[in-house]
Amino acid sequence: MGHYVLRRVLQMIPVFFGATLLIFLMVYSLPGDPIAAMFGDKAADPATVAHLKHQYYLDQPLWKQYLHYMNNIFHLDFGTSFTGRPVSEIMKDAFPVTIRLALVAFFFEIVIGLPLGLIAGLKRGSIADTLVLLVTLVVISIPVFVLGYIAQTVFAINLGWVTATVQDSRDISQLILPGLVLASLSLAYVARLTRTSIGENLRADYMRTAVAKGLPRRTVVGRHLLRNSLIPVVTFLGTDLGALMGGAIVTEGIFNIAGIGNVLYKAINQKEGPTVVGIVTVLVIVYLVASLVVDLLYAVLDPRIRYA
Amino acid sequence: MPAGTRVRWAVVSATSVALMATGCGGGGSSSSGGSSDASKTFTYQSSEPQNPLQPANANETGGGRIVQNLFKGLADYDPSNGKLRMQVADTIDTSDAQTYTVTMKSGWTFHDGTPVTAKSFVDAWNWAASTKNNQINSSWFGDIQGYADVHPQSGSPTSDTMSGLTVQDDTHFTIKLTNKVSYFPYKLGYVAFSPLPEGFYKDPAGYGQKPVGNGPYEFVSWDHNSQVATKTFANYQGVDKPKNGGVVFKMYTTAEAAYADLQSNNLDVMDQVPPSALANYKNDLGDRAIDAPQGAIQNVGFTLYQPEWQGADKAKVRQGLSMAIDRNTITKTVLQGSRASASAWVAEGVEGYKAGTCGDFCTYNPDKAKQLIQEGGGVPGNSLKITYNADGGHKEWVDAVCNSIRQATGVNCSGDPKTDFKTARAAITGHQINGMFRTGWVQDYPLNANFLADVYRTGAASNDTGYSSPEFDKLATEADQAASIQDTATGYQQAEAQLATDMPAIPLWYYRTNSGFSTKVQNVTFDSFGNPAWTQVEVKG
Repeated sequence: MGHYVLRRVLQMIPVFFGATLLIFLMVYSLPGDPIAAMFGDKAADPATVAHLKHQYYLDQPLWKQYLHYMNNIFHLDFGTSFTGRPVSEIMKDAFPVTIRLALVAFFFEIVIGLPLGLIAGLKRGSIADTLVLLVTLVVISIPVFVLGYIAQTVFAINLGWVTATVQDSRDISQLILPGLVLASLSLAYVARLTRTSIGENLRADYMRTAVAKGLPRRTVVGRHLLRNSLIPVVTFLGTDLGALMGGAIVTEGIFNIAGIGNVLYKAINQKEGPTVVGIVTVLVIVYLVASLVVDLLYAVLDPRIRYA
Repeated sequence: MPAGTRVRWAVVSATSVALMATGCGGGGSSSSGGSSDASKTFTYQSSEPQNPLQPANANETGGGRIVQNLFKGLADYDPSNGKLRMQVADTIDTSDAQTYTVTMKSGWTFHDGTPVTAKSFVDAWNWAASTKNNQINSSWFGDIQGYADVHPQSGSPTSDTMSGLTVQDDTHFTIKLTNKVSYFPYKLGYVAFSPLPEGFYKDPAGYGQKPVGNGPYEFVSWDHNSQVATKTFANYQGVDKPKNGGVVFKMYTTAEAAYADLQSNNLDVMDQVPPSALANYKNDLGDRAIDAPQGAIQNVGFTLYQPEWQGADKAKVRQGLSMAIDRNTITKTVLQGSRASASAWVAEGVEGYKAGTCGDFCTYNPDKAKQLIQEGGGVPGNSLKITYNADGGHKEWVDAVCNSIRQATGVNCSGDPKTDFKTARAAITGHQINGMFRTGWVQDYPLNANFLADVYRTGAASNDTGYSSPEFDKLATEADQAASIQDTATGYQQAEAQLATDMPAIPLWYYRTNSGFSTKVQNVTFDSFGNPAWTQVEVKG
């Protein structure tokens, strides 16, 4: 187990370098000059442009810029954005917001998605099953921004139950609506995955044995059926946590949440290299850690899987 | 500046209802009535500043509108009519339009209590102009003598001070310019000309995060990506004492989110309603909707540098094309009333604006259009392409303009989209287009000279058409040397009349502010920069 984890952590190192290099190259190959863009439509003043380029190290060849950047990273310096704020400070502000939103969404995925899938899977063909299939189909086929605007108009503007946008992201109750919208698509997938998985495992030999042994239904479903059926669901949930963090741009935009998605979007538009590379690097690490945790969870769920 | 990314700055409000060409709604209505509480703050839709909050570094809307509330220069523009208004300055005198003597009022202080003196201005301008300090607005000081010493095109500055600026005593200083610019005081209304306190120079970066100014509002906090809070400065000496307790700038990434907040009273005043709400916002908001003129104009320019567009005959063709455009219908339908038909090359509400300079040439008349185009020998190749940037929401009206031209005159007209603003600008300035292109102008200061000298003078930085008229140049130079701003404005009106004869660009329409406010505030009016009259907003008690 320990060896396995160590090996996986060591594998992250080349991935980290590869990812930062790729992102770095991509940001710097975006069209347009970020310094000239700071002047808007006015003709950029060449003397000021030259000075600013020097200040942001942009007058150096690309490989030197990358070495300079990596060297700073090892001194835990993520660089400075054009606003004069250290990128590390920007991330310190934005990541907690996104993590809170992602956790709220994650919570709904599990608390709503799993039971829906369980009910539908246990009673295949019933009205409940058909209903779950229908609702999830609708949710999957509607783009998230449509869902977001509908929820905002109905619950905030028409009914006035919640504020239209998030006024204070530290208030979890304000994150419920955006969290639900963000969770909606994955929630539908979780329900459908669980339903299929349960349906398959219901016919497994060990289930027949468990029932034949005369175990109470709760034990049969809880310990034998659910535990085995969760493996594909956990795989999905694990990778989804990473997707929730980086892919919340649309939801963050609709509900005006100052999370990582918003900051990243703005930084890409302004071609702020240090901010983009810093944020995406952290996202890559989050993704790697999440997939490691998923792999370790397999062993917990399925006794047949062991990591030497 | 060319219209596109908006860069607005002054604290002005112009509710020039009388000037509206196509009357559609009142400019800046207010549901007045209830009592107001001068200690309460109101929220305004903003965006995260892209630069530190330093006056000479704020050239985009997000930072600009915060800085203009924290700082106050020698002059600004009157909320009611856009005219120049003295603030820190008592008088700005000149006898030759080249040397200006500034006399300041006494009693002004910065938010930290230190006095605002002549030195506060001169030091700030010298600091901002120097290439050492990387200020984006540094070129604004280019008129001042000695600018080249602190801001050489390359290499290090040879001096830290501009020789044209001389402090006489605490309340007097002189500004000497390299050329005669009769409207220089108008430029002084720009936020880059703000004074800076002594403490600034010790830590410019720190002051950029926690600015200390001398304006109506003082800085409270900057919660990045969330809000910038300000409160009323008790010792503010300006003529526009705040009627509210402060402005809280709430950061929004989309206008849709801001509009949803406005409708549910979580936002008090917004910047511009999203395009998706244009059709309905007046119904949604009732008398809380704003529809006010802006000092900005949309044009289509001609490639006059190409031989086939030169000569007096082709001017007739251009006039004919202008008459083939049904401005009133397009602004009402395609643009949903968010623009007003133009009848001149200067936007309405600007000092020196004269409606109808374009005359019949800007009135839809298909028969006359056809006739003029025939008399001028027709459009080269009987086909036209209008180059525009595809990322600015221009496609719809460019297509509509082309349809109008095609139906009225039979000329083959089509749009020529370029991926984004930068690409389109590169094609236009690199002379890589054929025929016509989208262009426009947003006022830097509300004076007609800004719309004319900067765009149509031979060799001007933004003269994209290559227009060169000895008559226009002569009239503009005369206007620059006029004795007063009124004479300058009149002089430029004469120069503008020359544009009707030559038609280097077809004026299409003026921009408007389409906005609104919550039920918690009243007395909200907007100026020609598209900003509310900040200090006049009243928060209901």
